[in-house]
Amino acid sequence: MSALAADIADEGVKDAIVSVRDLQVQFQTSDRRATVKAVDGVDFDVRRGETFGIIGESGSGKTTIGRALVFLVKPSAGAILHNGVDPLALPRRQFQSHRRDYQIIFQDPNAALNPRMTILSSVLEPLELAREGDRAQRLRRAREAMDRVGLPQDVGDRYPHQLSGGQKQRVVIARALTLRPKLIVCDEVVAALDMSIRGDVLNLFAELQRDLGLTYVFITHDLAVVSHISERIAVMYLGRFVELGPTEQVSERPLHPYTQALLSAEPRPLPSSMRSGNRIVLQGEIPSPIDPPSGCRFRTRCQYAQALCAEQTPEWRELARDHWVACHFADRPSFSPN
Amino acid sequence: MAAERPVQRKTSADAASPRALMSVRGLGIRFKTSHGVWQATRKIDFDIAAGERVGIVGESGCGKTITGLSILRLLPNNLAGLDGSIMFDGVDLARCSTRAMRAIRGRRIAMIFQEPMSALDPVFTVGHQISETLRVHTNVSKEEARERTLDMLRRVGIASPERRIDDYPHQLSGGMRQRVMIAASLICGPQLLIADEPTTALDVTVQAQILELLRDLSETSNTALMLITHDLGVVAETCTRMITMYAGEVIEDAAVDDALVRPLHPYTSGLLRSLPHLSPRHGKLPSIPGRVPSIVDMPNGCRFKARCAHAVAGCEKEQELRDAGPGRRVRCWRFNELDLPGALQHAPSAPIAAMVGDP
Ligand SMILES: Nc1ncnc2c1ncn2[C@@H]1O[C@H](COP(=O)(O)OP(=O)(O)OP(=O)(O)O)[C@@H](O)[C@H]1O
Ligand SMILES: Nc1ncnc2c1ncn2[C@@H]1O[C@H](COP(=O)(O)OP(=O)(O)O)[C@@H](O)[C@H]1O
Ligand code: SF4
Ligand code: SF4
Ligand SMILES: [Mg+2]
Ligand SMILES: [Mg+2]
Repeated sequence: MSALAADIADEGVKDAIVSVRDLQVQFQTSDRRATVKAVDGVDFDVRRGETFGIIGESGSGKTTIGRALVFLVKPSAGAILHNGVDPLALPRRQFQSHRRDYQIIFQDPNAALNPRMTILSSVLEPLELAREGDRAQRLRRAREAMDRVGLPQDVGDRYPHQLSGGQKQRVVIARALTLRPKLIVCDEVVAALDMSIRGDVLNLFAELQRDLGLTYVFITHDLAVVSHISERIAVMYLGRFVELGPTEQVSERPLHPYTQALLSAEPRPLPSSMRSGNRIVLQGEIPSPIDPPSGCRFRTRCQYAQALCAEQTPEWRELARDHWVACHFADRPSFSPN
Repeated sequence: MAAERPVQRKTSADAASPRALMSVRGLGIRFKTSHGVWQATRKIDFDIAAGERVGIVGESGCGKTITGLSILRLLPNNLAGLDGSIMFDGVDLARCSTRAMRAIRGRRIAMIFQEPMSALDPVFTVGHQISETLRVHTNVSKEEARERTLDMLRRVGIASPERRIDDYPHQLSGGMRQRVMIAASLICGPQLLIADEPTTALDVTVQAQILELLRDLSETSNTALMLITHDLGVVAETCTRMITMYAGEVIEDAAVDDALVRPLHPYTSGLLRSLPHLSPRHGKLPSIPGRVPSIVDMPNGCRFKARCAHAVAGCEKEQELRDAGPGRRVRCWRFNELDLPGALQHAPSAPIAAMVGDP
């Protein structure tokens, strides 16, 4: 591990708050007969202060990566460094306090909040578990956090069922903020919210980032959301990244056939005159991660697949500055259907 | 003199458009709850023409699903009352006999739901479920029903249907189950298909397949589609007309392109503006302040006024759905003087990968 830490330091990714190398996470199926390769060899760095978006279809492994980043699930292989340090190598107590800097928020605020606890107790809870300061200091920090997310203090006496969806998600954010994290993994955090309040919560995330210097890993299946909020986007398919680059490039000049298909499948709320007619409609659905296709995992749905694609796993290459892709033919000037 | 009830019914029937396949007038739905009777929707008016594809949009709880269910009289049993009329080919579905309803449901009007697994019976093969629908409504032989089922499965894009017809629902993927549901709903050749969030549980690439399928089937067999969704993009891609609901009422009804380019109701405009697709990247997203009023505490007059930037004295009056040009109606008395932004005002920065696929 320390050899890896040295390697990463050598590569000069000094502004990386998280470095992930060849990450693999595997699960046993419930009958223990097979192994699900939920994440199967992923490399990336998250830079301090940025929003790093991860997009992909259901079952592609996004949540598993998010959980691994905050050590809610143990990597089966590979390494995750926080600020160049391997948290798993830390003594137990230090590991516990280290973890507070890396928080995760999930889609469903109802699951995250205890229905029998008042909002204020819920926001206080992480501080109490961490035994931070005395009672008065904890209260002050909880109130500050509620203030930060725009919740009036009188909400503190209420119970979750007396709040709207958007308010509940704000409570969950406040809870994560009390421990003053450096990084928050946001897993589908606006998916359960109604359209008219989604914008508010996204604005709140942006504002908190500006004011508190937070770093986000923003996981979603919603292209419009991810490209609005992220500096960089990673596209995930069947346990691997297929493309990673600056938002403008990935969303406007995608290099990987899967990214292209994903973008073109996104229904856009534009009048007919403004929608381009040539949509790429992918055949079939994402294969099982228990037995993924050989070579390029996307080949069973790729309109450009060649014999080579079944034989060789495409390399993860940096084709343009900061723009990575895993496709044998991504450097061809234009793909042509065969 | 005539009793009060028949008179009301006559007025609503009169107002129904003669050319419409279905005319809904003054539809209101009330539920019995432990806190008394709740008025979930009211004053719902709209028409659907033969072969037309109409999107019903609005936020969670605004009444889309129950409006769809009421057409087939599938509302939950704590229903307290159904007001108004639903004229379908001369029959008022809100009042007709259970027997008449049974002859229409599944045969002339069919419905599909968000979660196909809950609508399919896990103990029967998909072939059995589709052909049973056909055999309940027509007197075709078993063999013919199987032939037509195979045919239908092929039409909804299931590869080698001979191999799939004897599968059980759990053996299929989410997208395939939704195709099976569509096959079952279309096997009797209905004139109207009600689809409630048919793609919400699906991934975007599979959603694109299913929407394309619905559009094609509707076009080739002239089946009208009533597509319930909270996704304005889905409506833009699939439908010709868009009906926007808010707090239990229809607030705007227009051709999709008109509604997107020049919305007439401040709520429709606000929804469009709040979409991240249409805002400059990293910019602050415009949002609608406040939240939808509660069903137990509806304000008088315009139900949107507490959140509306254009509210003035006069908005506390009851708002009716007014004519606002050819094929357009809006529930806002100020629509003429307001010049509201739509999708186009934000579009220059918007089109996500409009160029995708172009060399
Ligand atoms: N605890 C677990 N046991 C077995 N398999 C798991 C477990 N957690 C995840 N998986 C499997 O790993 C794969 C990736 O799961 P993950 O939930 O990370 O995907 P996702 O992209 O976030 O999906 P979604 O968008 O549906 O939440 C899936 O095939 C999933 O079934
Ligand atoms: N069985 C029921 N009893 C009481 N209220 C109901 C019932 N079903 C729906 N409602 C209420 O009716 C309104 C509209 O519901 P619904 O049609 O499900 O909305 P949507 O599909 O647009 O989310 C909501 O306020 C909902 O709470
Ligand atoms: S490697 Fe081959 S199959 Fe994979 S994306 Fe590229 S062209 Fe398609
Ligand atoms: S009636 Fe008044 S409050 Fe209601 S939408 Fe129109 S302008 Fe706004
Ligand atoms: Mg997930
Ligand atoms: Mg619904």
